[in-house]
Amino acid sequence: MDSMTLIAIASIVTAGLTIALGSIGPALGEGRAVATALSSLAQQPDAASTITRTLFVGLAMIESIAIYCFVVSMVLIFANPFWNYAIAHAAGK
Amino acid sequence: MRLSTDQMIFWQQGFIKLNGTIAFTWALIFVLAVGSKLITRNLSTELQRSRWQNLLEIIVTGIMKQIEDVGLRCPDKYIGFLGTLFLFVAAASMCTIIPGYEPPTGSLSTTAALALCVFVVVPFFGIKEQGLRGYLKSYTEPTILMLPFNIVSELSRTLALAVRLFGNMMSGTMIIAILLTITPFIFPIVMSALGLLTGMVQAYIFSILAAVYIAAATRDRKAKPAQAAQT
Repeated sequence: MDSMTLIAIASIVTAGLTIALGSIGPALGEGRAVATALSSLAQQPDAASTITRTLFVGLAMIESIAIYCFVVSMVLIFANPFWNYAIAHAAGK
Repeated sequence: MRLSTDQMIFWQQGFIKLNGTIAFTWALIFVLAVGSKLITRNLSTELQRSRWQNLLEIIVTGIMKQIEDVGLRCPDKYIGFLGTLFLFVAAASMCTIIPGYEPPTGSLSTTAALALCVFVVVPFFGIKEQGLRGYLKSYTEPTILMLPFNIVSELSRTLALAVRLFGNMMSGTMIIAILLTITPFIFPIVMSALGLLTGMVQAYIFSILAAVYIAAATRDRKAKPAQAAQT
């Protein structure tokens, strides 16, 4: 197996694994956050605007972890520096 | 398949490039500035006012109320920066309705620039409110051992702001581009609507986080014993 094949295999497998494993944690965390927010909304409906705003800010922070994994995955597929280097090397030869 | 509008080059000379990001940003700046100038030409204070003025008043009072809720007592000082941040990111996301447009915030250069603005503005307002010594002392709270952690958290907050906005915008455009090649009939429209929603939420998140950071930097620490005595 030459190096270009190895780079391709590693990039593809890592990209898939990154986004697959990286979305488990944030999904569970967001589910717990929304569940707690709903129960506190049921207990104190007049604080709805504060609770909703804090919920959205918290969800954005949790979501950003999944976004980091997505960015890594996209970079591996579309803007992979190792692949670009290997392509340039092979084309130069 | 290109990752962002940075690769969409309209004109190039040497190393100076006019790419899609810059062109779309200029278009947004032009639309926002000229639009607000035209609307605020003849402001009226009676009950009879144009609907555009009403729209702007709703937006401005909404932003001021949000800034006050976060804990900044005089929103007039901060609404210039925070309101512009919100309006720029929201307009960048909402204009995806226009065909042929791609949001400039889908490029890491734009979001890094916005995050660097927040990084510069937070110490600026902190020093303005508390003086240089007071602001630098806040880095050693609660103990001097926390100094490296506070500095690192400052830098990582900036990085997180940039990557969060970039990731959300880029993923929206990329999902629609990929879906157009797989199921081009109804699903891309649904994902476009989702992209609009996430764009609005991310604009709100970006400006609220900037407001929270500014509030944390300008928090009056000496008043805490007095407040504790009152309650």
